[in-house]
Amino acid sequence: MANVKISALHKSYAGVQAVRGIDLDIPDGEFTVLVGPSGCGKSTLLRSIAGLEEVEQGTIEIGGEVVNDMRPRDRDVAMVFQDYALYPHMTVFGNISLSLRARGTPKPEIDARVKRAAEMLGITPLLGRYPRQLSGGQRQRVAIGRAIVRNPRVFLFDEPLSNLDAQLRDEMRGEIKRLHQEIATTMIYVTHDQIEAMTLADRIVLMRDGRIEQQGAPLDLFERPASLFVAGFLGSPKMNFLQGRLARSGSAVAIDLGESVPLLALPPGRSLNGAADGAAVILGLRPEHVGRAAGAAPAAGSARLETTIELVQPTGSRSYASFRLGGQPVLSEFQAHDVGGPGEQITVDINLPRATIFDPETGRAL
Amino acid sequence: MAGSLKVRRRARRGRGSSAVRFVFLALFVLFVLVPIYWMVITSIKPTSDYLTVPPVWFPAEPTIVHYTAALFSYRGLQGLINSLIVASAATVLSTLLGTMMAYGLARFNTGGHHLAFWVLSQRFLPPVAIILPIFLLFRSWHLYDTHIGLILIYTVMTLPLTVWMMYAYFRQLPRSLEEAALVDGLSRWQAMWMIAVPLAAPGIAAAAVFAFISVWTEFFFALILTSRHAFTLPTVFRAFLGFQGAQYGEACALATTSLVPSIILGMLVQRHLVRGLTLGALRG
Repeated sequence: MANVKISALHKSYAGVQAVRGIDLDIPDGEFTVLVGPSGCGKSTLLRSIAGLEEVEQGTIEIGGEVVNDMRPRDRDVAMVFQDYALYPHMTVFGNISLSLRARGTPKPEIDARVKRAAEMLGITPLLGRYPRQLSGGQRQRVAIGRAIVRNPRVFLFDEPLSNLDAQLRDEMRGEIKRLHQEIATTMIYVTHDQIEAMTLADRIVLMRDGRIEQQGAPLDLFERPASLFVAGFLGSPKMNFLQGRLARSGSAVAIDLGESVPLLALPPGRSLNGAADGAAVILGLRPEHVGRAAGAAPAAGSARLETTIELVQPTGSRSYASFRLGGQPVLSEFQAHDVGGPGEQITVDINLPRATIFDPETGRAL
Repeated sequence: MAGSLKVRRRARRGRGSSAVRFVFLALFVLFVLVPIYWMVITSIKPTSDYLTVPPVWFPAEPTIVHYTAALFSYRGLQGLINSLIVASAATVLSTLLGTMMAYGLARFNTGGHHLAFWVLSQRFLPPVAIILPIFLLFRSWHLYDTHIGLILIYTVMTLPLTVWMMYAYFRQLPRSLEEAALVDGLSRWQAMWMIAVPLAAPGIAAAAVFAFISVWTEFFFALILTSRHAFTLPTVFRAFLGFQGAQYGEACALATTSLVPSIILGMLVQRHLVRGLTLGALRG
């Protein structure tokens, strides 16, 4: 059990900066997910913590101890690899027990600990098999078993679910979360999948181009994205981005999406960093914040509009319908049977208090 | 209808091509095996049957006298023993050192891009260009006509190919296996011996067979660097070509004997051989 503290970390490959100045403080026992598009430096950061990459600048501390020059074996971390990296010439037992054998653990203790880990993951019947005889999900469990058998100070996961099919991925995701609740050890998990990040994390660290774009609790990032990038990355279907202009009159602020759309008045109290009247802005609306109008009048702060449905995409539990606002496409979420088909005239409510306004120049939220 | 016609035509073409293939392979097998058959048969023919027309395809009275003569009178047995000692030791050394060197090249990129190729380039030099200095060195270091001397020169001779084959092999092994082992608590040394080397076994087997066979059939160094003690099997064959004609029976008897170790070795590692070689070919 240990915290992990990263200060001013830099790393480059052949002149390309993969990580450019990361500061990150991960408290003991937290489940932190490093997420971002490929090439954002998240895997490099994880491998640096494991000791598989040399650090050029900055420090990595585990449990208050600087580990920059420590070999991987001395860091007391365990890692689950994307391709599982099971030793093909060893049985499942051999794979799980290697770390204990390498440390000279007495045989009875090895047996007991492997047995306990295997039971936790439901792979006891597989202990005598070789990796090539296992399915993808079973291999994944063995890889996790290999990590938990040691009781390491920190668990590192490098996109562990990306080679599994969708159903198995959902199942294993749940198991990893349950595992964290059971053993409550610090876990650092790399993924490019925003759903994995949202469901697993105590804290999401969203990376882009070798830097941290935003970090925080999953719902904080989801509801209060600091930038267009964060807003677009989290959430599926994606947030709608509508180009507009700011319209100020007195203390009231509204968004102007063009002449065909009434002004969308923002709730009072939004300062928008003092953006001037007429300034170009981007209105960010999640699909779930645009829906069929209910009740005689819209809820406080919401705007009510008439529109025509262009496309409906049912997913089973929900249906997503597209229409246009001022010529710009908007995707909105409905109850499965709550929307007809293309051409339907409907009234929608836009939940403006939940909207995020961005500055198109900087991409930052206002 | 058209579809089934096409299928039938393809099936007919398949039959035709498989007949051609059969004939071709049969010819190839004859091409490879007839000389070996001729060698084995000649080794047990009485001297009078050597050069008859028409040839004797199987002797009426097989004999082993050529074997006893080749092995004992011509010291073929001593040559065989020397060859076994030298070839085995050089193979073990070359495989051991070559594997370790290749691992370093493959994993740490030792010496940048050029060192691995430099190692291979050592084979470009014809042995005759270096034999004189080596001969002088051997004489002053008392390595002339010794097993140790031959083992050293053969290790050096076979290393480049061993290194190159193993280098190609290690490069196609996923790094993540060794990285997992490092995180699991193994040292680099342990990760190499417990993870990379067992997985590279097919490559090692192929490299070892190559080293063994190239030493087993080497003539030039053995000729120059040995005389009455450490002489190897290939040098014994000189004795069968004399002023008074050739000892075909003895030559074939010794040649047949010398095939045995290569065949045994080939059978032992045959399973690994093709894989080991093709990987080297694809990733070189």
